[in-house]
Amino acid sequence: MNLEDLRYTKDHEWILVENQIGTVGITDHAQHQLGDVVFVELPKVGDSFNAGEAFGSVESVKAVSELYCPVSGQVIDVNEKLRETPEMINSEPYGGGWMIKIKLRNLQEQKNLLSASEYTALTQQEKE
Amino acid sequence: MLRYISLTQDEKQQMLQTIGRENVEALFACIPENIRLHRPLNIPGPLSETEILQFFKQVAFRNFHANEKAYFLGAGAYNHFVPVVIDALVSRAEFYTAYTPYQPEVAQGTLQSIFEFQTLICQLTGLDVANASLYDGSTALAEALLMAERVRQRNHFVLSSLIHPQYRAVIATYTRNMNYRMDLLPYTGGGLTDLGTAEERLTDQSAALVVQYPNFLGNIEDVASAANLAHRCGAMLIVVVTEPIALGLLQAPGSLGADICVGEAQPLGLPLSFGGPYVGFFSTREDFKRHMPGRIVGETVDADGQRGFVLTLATREQHIRREKATSNICTNEALCALMSSIFMCILGKSGMRELARQNFSKAHYCATQLEQGGCSVAYGKNFFNELVVNLTRPVAHTNAHLAELDMIGGYDLSIDYPEMANQMLVCITDQNTREQIDRFVAALQAEKGCEHVQSSISMRI
Amino acid sequence: MRTRPVVNINEDLIFERSAPGKVAYSLPPLDVPDTDPKSVLTEALLRDEIQDFPEVSEFDVVRHFTRLSTWNHHIDIGMYPLGSCTMKYNPKLNEEVWRLAGISNCHPLQDPSLAQGNIQIQYELQQLLKEITGMAAVCLQPAAGAHGELTGILMVHAYHDAKNQKRKFVLIPDSAHGTNPASAAIAGYQVKSIPSNSDGRIDFERFKDTVNDAVACLMLTNPNTLGIFERRIREIADILHEKDALLYMDGANFNALMGYTRPGEMGVDVMHLNLHKTFSTPHGGGGPGAGPVAVSSRLEPFLPLPLAAKTADGTYYYDFQRPKSIGRVRAFMGNYGMHVRALCYILSCGSSGLKEISETAVLNANYIRHRLQGLLDLPYSEASLHEVVFSDKLQIKKGVKTFDIAKRLMDFGFHPPTIYFPLIVPGAIMIEPTESEGLQELDAFVDAMKAIVKEAEENPEILARAPHKTKLRRLDETRAARQPILRWRRKANKDRPPG
Repeated sequence: MNLEDLRYTKDHEWILVENQIGTVGITDHAQHQLGDVVFVELPKVGDSFNAGEAFGSVESVKAVSELYCPVSGQVIDVNEKLRETPEMINSEPYGGGWMIKIKLRNLQEQKNLLSASEYTALTQQEKE
Repeated sequence: MLRYISLTQDEKQQMLQTIGRENVEALFACIPENIRLHRPLNIPGPLSETEILQFFKQVAFRNFHANEKAYFLGAGAYNHFVPVVIDALVSRAEFYTAYTPYQPEVAQGTLQSIFEFQTLICQLTGLDVANASLYDGSTALAEALLMAERVRQRNHFVLSSLIHPQYRAVIATYTRNMNYRMDLLPYTGGGLTDLGTAEERLTDQSAALVVQYPNFLGNIEDVASAANLAHRCGAMLIVVVTEPIALGLLQAPGSLGADICVGEAQPLGLPLSFGGPYVGFFSTREDFKRHMPGRIVGETVDADGQRGFVLTLATREQHIRREKATSNICTNEALCALMSSIFMCILGKSGMRELARQNFSKAHYCATQLEQGGCSVAYGKNFFNELVVNLTRPVAHTNAHLAELDMIGGYDLSIDYPEMANQMLVCITDQNTREQIDRFVAALQAEKGCEHVQSSISMRI
Repeated sequence: MRTRPVVNINEDLIFERSAPGKVAYSLPPLDVPDTDPKSVLTEALLRDEIQDFPEVSEFDVVRHFTRLSTWNHHIDIGMYPLGSCTMKYNPKLNEEVWRLAGISNCHPLQDPSLAQGNIQIQYELQQLLKEITGMAAVCLQPAAGAHGELTGILMVHAYHDAKNQKRKFVLIPDSAHGTNPASAAIAGYQVKSIPSNSDGRIDFERFKDTVNDAVACLMLTNPNTLGIFERRIREIADILHEKDALLYMDGANFNALMGYTRPGEMGVDVMHLNLHKTFSTPHGGGGPGAGPVAVSSRLEPFLPLPLAAKTADGTYYYDFQRPKSIGRVRAFMGNYGMHVRALCYILSCGSSGLKEISETAVLNANYIRHRLQGLLDLPYSEASLHEVVFSDKLQIKKGVKTFDIAKRLMDFGFHPPTIYFPLIVPGAIMIEPTESEGLQELDAFVDAMKAIVKEAEENPEILARAPHKTKLRRLDETRAARQPILRWRRKANKDRPPG
């Protein structure tokens, strides 16, 4: 996967949109900050979310972070493997660690998200 | 100079010098004048050890207590056999002066004992997972309701009116600012929760049906039927147990379909303690483990692969999730949980059974004696170790008379149920000898405290 | 370097010691006719046995739990410099007094005329806590600090309800303990966080701007979790009161103040005290505690039911005639055993002793602060009272974190301080020695910290793998949380006969 093709939120989610379907996960930076992921709470297929709404949470031993939906739409698939092996979020944040697939309600919305370079700039800022 | 302080005046001076202060008062300079206390606190003492013991012995002398008198009072606090091993072990400073086991490498004793407590509670209640304890049975029940609301995302509750009245009061306080709807179920002529009404009240908005087992009147509820009714509407069944000794004999709530079982573990090895410290237990099904309130201990390994135990699933808790936590609880009742663990280990598989059987047999003996002596028992034989006796005059009068005979009578049910005037909730435990029971029965008969069977029948007609 | 002997006898779970037929109990023979439950109850209600319950001997139990006990750090063997936890000495006399049969073995529902001594204990303790805090009334019912917080905020809610005031928010500084927001949420409020200023105190201007008619109360810890006294607390109270909002004081750090100042004078409306901190009741490995609440006259009518009371002729009773009360927060009268111990402690100390306790606690903390300053980063330089908060800022350059320092302290016989709290200090190391520790102990602690700081420079690897001398090495918390094993289960055994 080419990270340049993804769009990002300020809350460290990424989304890859192909044919109106967005695949959502958290960034490598986010999984680093969080540490070893021990549990992830994900929505059910069919649930709908607005952009910016929490769709689940991800937990390490001593922290919990809400997951915010980058775009509005309906969940059409959930990565069930994460229930048993949440560590994939650490090892493959952009691959096996994907969380949900969502059917976009409004294709324009993704334009509000950050580009790869904008997101990198944001994480640089955070480090300083 | 206070005996609990280990610094001499010289040492204090030396320390002040080190930190560059003239005197101790200077360290309090940050407290503004206008809120300072300009006089000594008006507190008696300091008292010596001898004076303290004299004072408290005098105070203790003004109390009836279960080491001396015969108790026929239960109603949520039970006088049972307490093996001496318990106090010998929890008097070890290693247990009672330890802190909460946040640092597992130096708290394996506490952690392993909690893991064992969790296991024992699961076995006793027939459920999959249990937490490290809550304050007491009443607050455990309130927490169970909050959890049911979280899990089911529904806010309607159907409660038996034969849940301990003080427990119901605690629920009311905990939920007073929540948008919960509560339905209180009437009871039947048999002294059981009216499950027919429960069926009518339960809807697809109901989070849980809640019953006590055995119930406040001592009678044994039909938990399996209650579970069916609740599950049919997608509601949980919460079972609360105030007398867990009964579970040595009675089917485990989990096996009967309970989704959450909470209760009071005082009867398992804690003295009556005038109401506390007690210890609440909480068990539930595997699916709901991440919704449980309170601390939980889990098994893991250390860096060398050795088995060990840690506090786990902590992201549910207030120190991480703050206002979104599953509960606000922090300190719980670890030492009391340890006491009940030791109790359950000492009694073990056969002891729990035998102790329960003794309670059952003695209480049923008491019922038979009362009836043979012409007193009426309100609800037949469907009880464990508490039964309701009909008297001819207010329970308070009878109890005053019993106190003169060195007995503590039963609970006055009219306090919480006005329609139960002259009805006494009598508790018989393993600690009541036959001689005590006979004396109690005789006293009730002699003062004509009992309502006679015949008159009770005519009353009902 | 001071080390602790390592007792390392292994001990399995009690269930793994179990063998069919062993017993540890003795009951007297049944002295009444045996009633077969099957003759009375339907069979569906009865269980055969409690599956997998232990079968062990009495000595098995004693040895098992004694071995377990040896794996615990505890206050009698060594210091717990845990900030905001006030792990002080638990006097043996308290335990002796509690175990008097006339005190510990009374039934909570026995008639008050037969429990005069016990109610007297509660009444006297209420009176003394009123005097110590300067508040108008005290209720002993809450079972722990967080329970007291919940009780307090429920009373705040009842106060506004009684005045028909719709309030939505509870203000909480960002340095607060997690129970504060959690309690406020259960009581039905939304939490608004107030930042701390560069002194480590609540940001006064921000606070002032946030107070309006939608605010129910502010929850303030004083001294706060940095050990710093909130000097403007009286002004804060006045600003709140102008809007008819209330001031909650978290009394977790009350050990710093006794005899010097009282929440009553500060304008506090409601507070809780942790008897298991300030008043020496043992922590028990995580409870029982007790969290009495003290209130101003504004909130007195709303206190939980019942209160211990005394008639003019000296009879003690429970007062239930309190129509505005929020009701019960717990069955019976709270953790009575802790009330007895706290009263015993207060009377043992007296007025002079309580003041000496606070003075010594503050002196000890400042001594440690002075001796460790420079070695560890001190993020807030304001004067502190009974505790001091450092950080790992100087050590982290070498890759040594607070966590490593904490774990390494165990090898020197000390329990680690409170770490990573308050949240406003990254890598916080929060130290509260309490008044109990003597100079030798304090110096030993300082020496240990110095040695560790030196190791951090010279041999950080030893810290990264610490502790080395405890029963177990670092535990894998990630594994515990990923695949939770929360109870023992019998392993499936093929050799076992069926059924």
